[in-house]
Amino acid sequence: MASSVLEHDAPPGVPRLKGRGTPWRERFFRLSLWTSLAVGVIFLAGLLIYVVYEAWPRLDSRIWTNFPDIIDPTNAGAQSAIMGTIWVIAFTALYCLPTGILAAIYLEEYADPERWWNKLIEINIQNLAAVPSIVYGILGLGVISRGLGFGQTVLTASLTLSLLVLPIVIIASREAIRAVPQSIRQASLALGATQWQTIRLQVLPAAVPGMATGSILALSRAIGEAAPLLLLGGLTFITFNPTGVQSQFTVLPIQIFNWISQSRAEFVSLASAAIVILLVILLAMNSLAIWLRNRYARRW
Amino acid sequence: MSPTPSLEPDMPPPSDPPGGTRTPQVSYRQARPLAGAVFEVGGLSVFYGDHEAVRDVNLSIGHRQITAMIGPSGCGKSTVLRCFNRMNDLIPHARVAGKIHYHSEDLYGREVDPIEVRRRIGMVFQKPNPFPKSIYDNIAYGPRVGGFKGNLDDLVEETLTHAALWDEVKDKLKTSALALSGGQQQRLCIARTIAVQPEVILMDEPCSALDPIATAKIEDLMEKLAEEFTIIVVTHNMQQAARVSHRTAFFTADVDDKGERHGRLIEYDETSRIFSNPSDNRTEDYISGRFG
Repeated sequence: MASSVLEHDAPPGVPRLKGRGTPWRERFFRLSLWTSLAVGVIFLAGLLIYVVYEAWPRLDSRIWTNFPDIIDPTNAGAQSAIMGTIWVIAFTALYCLPTGILAAIYLEEYADPERWWNKLIEINIQNLAAVPSIVYGILGLGVISRGLGFGQTVLTASLTLSLLVLPIVIIASREAIRAVPQSIRQASLALGATQWQTIRLQVLPAAVPGMATGSILALSRAIGEAAPLLLLGGLTFITFNPTGVQSQFTVLPIQIFNWISQSRAEFVSLASAAIVILLVILLAMNSLAIWLRNRYARRW
Repeated sequence: MSPTPSLEPDMPPPSDPPGGTRTPQVSYRQARPLAGAVFEVGGLSVFYGDHEAVRDVNLSIGHRQITAMIGPSGCGKSTVLRCFNRMNDLIPHARVAGKIHYHSEDLYGREVDPIEVRRRIGMVFQKPNPFPKSIYDNIAYGPRVGGFKGNLDDLVEETLTHAALWDEVKDKLKTSALALSGGQQQRLCIARTIAVQPEVILMDEPCSALDPIATAKIEDLMEKLAEEFTIIVVTHNMQQAARVSHRTAFFTADVDDKGERHGRLIEYDETSRIFSNPSDNRTEDYISGRFG
C-alpha cells in the first residue's frame, strides 16, 4: 500500500524521466558490429561443417593407425604425418622456446633501448615477424638443408620452423615480461636482491603464464605451416614414422596438400579427415593456451 | 600498548592560524644531538639527463631517529631519499654529484656494491607492493636472496612479531599476501624490509595510499622501530611529520628562467623548531598552509 501512495503522490510539474528510446544511429552501429562478427563466425562454422561432412566416410581409427597408400586410398591413413607433426613441433619448441625467452629477457631487462644496436634488433624482430613463411622455406633449403647438409630431415624442418616462429615467441614473451609491474622489481632490488635474482625469482615466475600462452599460439602457427616445408622438397609420400631428428618425415599440412591434389574422390575425403585431425590438434593447443591464461591470470 | 598522545590520529594540526602566536599543543619528540650521524650529505645534486632535479643539499641523519622530509610536490624529496640506497641507479640517465657518506664511507664510491648498500638500507614504497607470493615467502625473500643460513621459520615469526603483524597473520602464513588489506600489506612490506636486518629504513610516503586507521598503525610501528632502526620518511602529511619525526627537512623547488624546477633544501632542524618557530619564511608559509 505504501508504495502506491508514493507513486500517486508525485507533485505536479515534476519532470518525467521518459526518454526518446535508443537513437537509430546507435542501433545501426550495434547492428553493424553484430554483422561483422556474424560474418566471421558463420564462415568458420560453414568451413567446419563442410570439412566434417566431406570427411565423414573416413573419420575412423584408420586415419591414425594406417599409413598413406597411393594404390588403395580407402584403407590409407595418416599415421606417418601425425607422428611427423608431433616430432617436428616437439623439436621446434625445444629450439625456439629457450632462444626466444632468453632473447626477450635480454631485450626487456638488460638492453638499453637508446643504443642504436638495440634499436636495430628491435626493428628487425618486428620485421621478421612479418616476413612471409615461404621466405623461411628458402632459407631452410639453402642454409640448413644444403648449406649445413642436414638434408630433408626432422632437424631441418624444426630449425626452419623455429626461425619462423622465433619472432612471435620473442614478442609474446616480451609482452609477458613487460606486464610484470616495475614496483615488484624495485621491491626485490630494495631487499638486496641482484638483478638476476630479481628476474629469476620474481619476474619470470610472474611472466610464465603469459609466455606459455604466447608460445603455444606461436607453435600452433608452426603446426599449420605447409609452405616452408614444401620447399624443403620431396617429403610428400612417407610411409614410416620418424625415428630421430635425422629421419625423413612428412607432416599433416603436406600430407593434406598431397591428397587434395589427387583426382580420385576417395583422396578428398581422406584429406578432409586429415584436416579434421589437424584442426583438433590446433583447437586443443589453443584451448590449453586459454586455460593457462585464465588459470594464472594475475591482478596486481 | 599505550601510544603517546602525539600519535593519536585525530590530533589537531600543529600549526596555529597564521600570524597568531604559537603555543605548542603537541609534545614533539626530543631530538638527540647529531653526533655519530648515520649519513652525512654535503653539496648533493641529482641530475636527470641535463636537468638538475635537486641542487646543493646538506644534511646529517641522526642514529636511531626518525627524520621526516616534507615539501610540495616536485621538490625532490623522494629523489633525495632514493639516493640513500642507490635506487636512483636504476633510472637511466640519473646522476648523483656531491657527497653522501654512510658512516663516513662514500656511498657512491667506486668499490661500493649497491646490492650490499640495499641490504643495509632498506626501503618501503608509496604503494604497498607485496610479492604475489605467500605472506611467509614475502618475509623470507630478503633473507633467502641474501644467503640466510639460520632457521627461516623462527626468523619469519620474529620479524612479524616485531612488525606487530604476527597475531593478525599467524594462521594464514601460507596464503597470498595480496589477500591482505592495504594497511596490512604495507606493514608486511615494512616487516619484509626489517627481515633483512638493515640499519636504516627509507620510507617513501608510506601512508599516502592508506586510510587514517591504517596510517595510525604504521605511525605506531614507526615509533616502535625507531628504537632499533634509523628511519627517513618522505611525507606529504605535515601532521605525520610533526607526530612521528625527531627532525624535519623542508624542501621546496625554485623555478629558473627556463621554467625548470630545481629542488632545494630550505631548512633542516629539530621537528619542534620547524613546526613552532621556523627560521625561514617559506617553511612558515608551507606548514601554515599558505602554499604547497
